Amino acid sequence: MRTTDRAGRAGVIAVLLIAALYSLLPVWWLVVSATKSSSDLFSSNGFWFAGRIELVHNVSTLLGVQDGIFGRWLLNSVLYAVGGAVVATLLSSMAGYVLAKYTFRGREAVFNTVLGAILIPAPLFALPLYLMFSATHVVNTFWAVFVPSVVSPFGVYLARIYAAAAVPDELLEAGRLDGAGEFRIFRSLALRVLQPSLVTIFLFQFVTIWTNYLLPSLMLANDRLQPVTVGLVAWKEQRGQTVPYNLIITGSLLSVVPIVVMFLLLQRYWKAGLTSGSVK
Amino acid sequence: MSPSSVATRARSKVRTGDTPEPSRSKAGPARRRRTDGRRWAPLGFLAPFGTLFAVTFVAPICYALYESLYKLHRSGLGLAPPSEVFTGLSNYTDALGDHAFTASIVRVVLIGLVQVPLMLGLALVLALLLDARRTPFKRFFRLGFFLPYAIPGVIGGLMWSFLYQPDVSPIADALGRIGLHVDFTSDGMLPWSVGNMLTWGWTGYNMIVIHSALKAIPGEFTEAAELDGCTGWRLAWHIKIPMVRPALVMTTVFSIIGMAQLYNEPVIMKAVAPNLAGDWTPIMAAQNEVAANNYHAAATRSVILALVIFVLSFGFMRFVNKRGGAQ
Repeated sequence: MRTTDRAGRAGVIAVLLIAALYSLLPVWWLVVSATKSSSDLFSSNGFWFAGRIELVHNVSTLLGVQDGIFGRWLLNSVLYAVGGAVVATLLSSMAGYVLAKYTFRGREAVFNTVLGAILIPAPLFALPLYLMFSATHVVNTFWAVFVPSVVSPFGVYLARIYAAAAVPDELLEAGRLDGAGEFRIFRSLALRVLQPSLVTIFLFQFVTIWTNYLLPSLMLANDRLQPVTVGLVAWKEQRGQTVPYNLIITGSLLSVVPIVVMFLLLQRYWKAGLTSGSVK
Repeated sequence: MSPSSVATRARSKVRTGDTPEPSRSKAGPARRRRTDGRRWAPLGFLAPFGTLFAVTFVAPICYALYESLYKLHRSGLGLAPPSEVFTGLSNYTDALGDHAFTASIVRVVLIGLVQVPLMLGLALVLALLLDARRTPFKRFFRLGFFLPYAIPGVIGGLMWSFLYQPDVSPIADALGRIGLHVDFTSDGMLPWSVGNMLTWGWTGYNMIVIHSALKAIPGEFTEAAELDGCTGWRLAWHIKIPMVRPALVMTTVFSIIGMAQLYNEPVIMKAVAPNLAGDWTPIMAAQNEVAANNYHAAATRSVILALVIFVLSFGFMRFVNKRGGAQ
């Protein structure tokens, strides 16, 4: 009995270790490769460091390539993701709050439309949106990427759940009795209660925008407007002829760092969002 | 609190007390303003989101539907500018007769039939192991499994494209040393290589969702079962897995939806696998039509794809609900 028990336990740990290796080894490769010179990248063992650590050199070369276009891409990503997520959080929380706390005709219809939009994924809208924007000459502008980024049906869904659970009717009634207008009640009472969930909505939308590829790659031909994802893939498609591979790898690592840091720092917030749909 | 607001409060208290709702005509101006505020608030709050939602979600769909019913008609000599002609469903019969487009749908369905069960099976096993009482280093494993999800799909794709690239790949290198020569970019390997990118990127996410559902199972259930001698895999099979069914359904639906929009990974793969066709997946096929200036054909393919997704995910949910109801 005891030996089979111990064997079972060893088996469990083996499975977990193999899965962890599978998850982490590619990331490890990315980190290690970002420290290599172009020639070491091809000649040395992929999963270990070469003789010299060239990370700083790689980063400074990367930032200088093509008049510093990489820095520009990072900046664009920050603008799209932070700006878009802030506006999206505000719009979603307003809509979700109203859907949770007011009764009005057509409420269920509105909410069901939002749910439907979650089930049909954004990439499917990207192509028709491109056709429409190109007919109205909006393509290849900042707004072609920014405007779609501020609309988050998932954010509305989350906001509705949170507002229904966290904003008590008594709070709203008290505000009304004090003579506050409906927007004032939302701004100074409801938003305060909803604050933690606003972080969750922001986080999800930030990640969605930062990692988006299809929409900006369709909309933006001008590389000065592109976010970092589109730029890096364009470099990769040139097969190392204009920008060497080790710099593309370093760039990939740099573009991932903000997201990973945010995920690790804000763990409890993304968990709140991930689990909202599955546990009833 | 200012005296006036106290006064308002007192007045409102009287008005909104237990007395039946006064008819509108008798209400004073202050009250009318307030009820008006309440009546119009939903519209005001929904307007900003609603307007932009209409512009970026509803309008494109309507526009695509509209465009899909028209064709560009060029006059015989090509001198006059081409005009749009209503052609009914002829774009749809064209698209469904387009072998490359239907082949891309079949390809994605086949990849999904293998990849989704594999990924969700792995996610379920890992979630169960993390949920078992005596598993060590839970925190480390949970974070480790989750890390790939934190890496943007495009960057994950770039990373794997290097790991597959014949001259750089440390994996092919290691396999070569033990006499196995694998080319991850060959035609036969491509579906597996792309499937692996998806599995790597999404197993952790699905595991977290299932794990959260496992943690929400009330302790009495598992304890009672354990007292009856139901432990380990039998506990997982008879108690835990049935109880996380909603989470499994949700992850399956999301995976089906994710599969249908397959785009990033194969597009990036193309950089290392020139043999990968430009219309490998349905979205790539639709985008090809855009590149060729066939906007009507592109719109038609988008509409078909949206319909396929709708049918698949709702069909699966109904199928599951029916079976659940019969039990």
